[in-house]
Amino acid sequence: MNKEGKEIVWGEYQKEIAPDNYYYARSCIRQNFFPGSEETFLKIVGAILGKDIYDDPHQTTCTGIAYHSDIIPMETTMTVVARQFSLMNDSGYKNFIPSCVTSFGIYTEMIEAWEHFPETLERTKQQLKSATGRTFSLPENLVHTSDIIYKYKEAILEKAKFKLINKQTGKPLRVVEHIGCHYAKIFPAKGVGGAEFPSVLSGMIETWGGEVIDYPERRHCCGFGFRNYVVKENRGYPLSNTKRKFDSMEPFKPDFIVANCPGCTFFLDRWQYVIAEMEGKTYGEDGFGIPVLTYEEMAGLVLGLDPWEMGMQLHQVGVESLLNKIGINYCSFDKYKGANGEDIGMPEKPNILKC
Amino acid sequence: MATLLEQLKTDIRFLEGLKACINCGTCTAICPAAQFYDYDPRQIADTVQNGNELEIEALLKSDTIWYCGECLSCKTRCPRGNTPGYIIQSLRHLSQETGYFTFSGRGRQQLQVKRLVGDNMLKYGYCVYIDEIDTTEHPEQGPVWDWFRQNTDTILQKLGANYKGNGAGTLRKISETDLDELRKIFTETGAMERFENIENKFHSNE
Repeated sequence: MNKEGKEIVWGEYQKEIAPDNYYYARSCIRQNFFPGSEETFLKIVGAILGKDIYDDPHQTTCTGIAYHSDIIPMETTMTVVARQFSLMNDSGYKNFIPSCVTSFGIYTEMIEAWEHFPETLERTKQQLKSATGRTFSLPENLVHTSDIIYKYKEAILEKAKFKLINKQTGKPLRVVEHIGCHYAKIFPAKGVGGAEFPSVLSGMIETWGGEVIDYPERRHCCGFGFRNYVVKENRGYPLSNTKRKFDSMEPFKPDFIVANCPGCTFFLDRWQYVIAEMEGKTYGEDGFGIPVLTYEEMAGLVLGLDPWEMGMQLHQVGVESLLNKIGINYCSFDKYKGANGEDIGMPEKPNILKC
Repeated sequence: MATLLEQLKTDIRFLEGLKACINCGTCTAICPAAQFYDYDPRQIADTVQNGNELEIEALLKSDTIWYCGECLSCKTRCPRGNTPGYIIQSLRHLSQETGYFTFSGRGRQQLQVKRLVGDNMLKYGYCVYIDEIDTTEHPEQGPVWDWFRQNTDTILQKLGANYKGNGAGTLRKISETDLDELRKIFTETGAMERFENIENKFHSNE
């Protein structure tokens, strides 16, 4: 394909990302499993980049896990989404930024359904009005929160205290990036770079000095599978899917993994613990695991934020190997201290996985 | 009474999901569930496209429709713009409407999902909630989760969260006013009826 043709094709997978004035839609999974990352995002976008971002106390779940586990009708999700947009209208914002990839897919899907089937939009308006008395209008700009960090990756570089470079060798850190399926596989035109060449995370990594690993199962699903994880007896499904990815990336010796989806980040971290305890198999160096980061944690480390104030002590796979490679000074004792510096003990050590 | 196929055609996900399947099998090649289970999305698309009522009924009563992980990888790759994952969503919807979900072990798991995720949403306004997650049911969470649960207040305070607090913030308490709106939406749009249906159909078949 000639250069002009490539630019046309690539142009289809670029999207408008509003520069400021964001309505932040929170993630159920992240608030519970990566609570520090939700706060770190607000700190980076608000205090560090100086953008206006609103955290609305009135929002609720988008119903994403329930919708994709099929316990609720589509009309319910449509109307809950409409309520979230109504809340955004109330607050005077027009740029809606969900921090969950499942939510991003949900919001995008419902808007497309309303476009393809206008009678469903009318029904949603009626149902929202009947249930809550509310009306709503659509956001002018809908992007995932990782898109915001991607947009401002150069601005973050300008403020960087560290780069994704091994301090001892001077070589770029080798990074596995994992994009949540619902970021671009459902609606490729809504993701930076589309489904085949998503650059939302690789763009951050390369800008901040790291090297992206291309491995055979790079685009494979983590295996969350909603009901396949929620129901205990089905959990062999997500475990096996993620193991497939670990086995595929292992020969490339990643220094760390970064993901933009809450479920994926959780599974890539926790299944390493499970595989180690069940099979005695570890994927990092010397019996350790491969650290798994959210994109805010990666950005936060680059910006010099304290890893323990970002919540990285809540990972099951220890992150110290990465901090040491980057050359970040950290206090091991602070990792396990409470809000007022009090001693709160330590988690038990796993039997196999070194932490 | 409408046939099963006619009922499927009232679901916009069925209309979006099945345009004209050429049975190439690309969806099966890309499908993570097909790698793990005895599951073939190509056959699902073929069955509903053929429109045989008995075969559709058998599908609605089977474990098969419950294997899909709804990653929607199939949507990206289908060369004819079909989405087997959407077809699955419409089949699961109809299986619950008809009560056929109680005929399969995988289908009956909907009761567990409803009591976990459904009840969390109504009680807290979150799909998942820290107070309901322990390492007995979730051993994969590991010892770090036990430590987090033992020290939830101080750790979340350290991270700047607003656990069970009023106003904005991570893991804030969602107010009764907002929960009430959520519950009214669930009633208005059929989610409450679905929940009762899952509970009642399950027990009527015990």
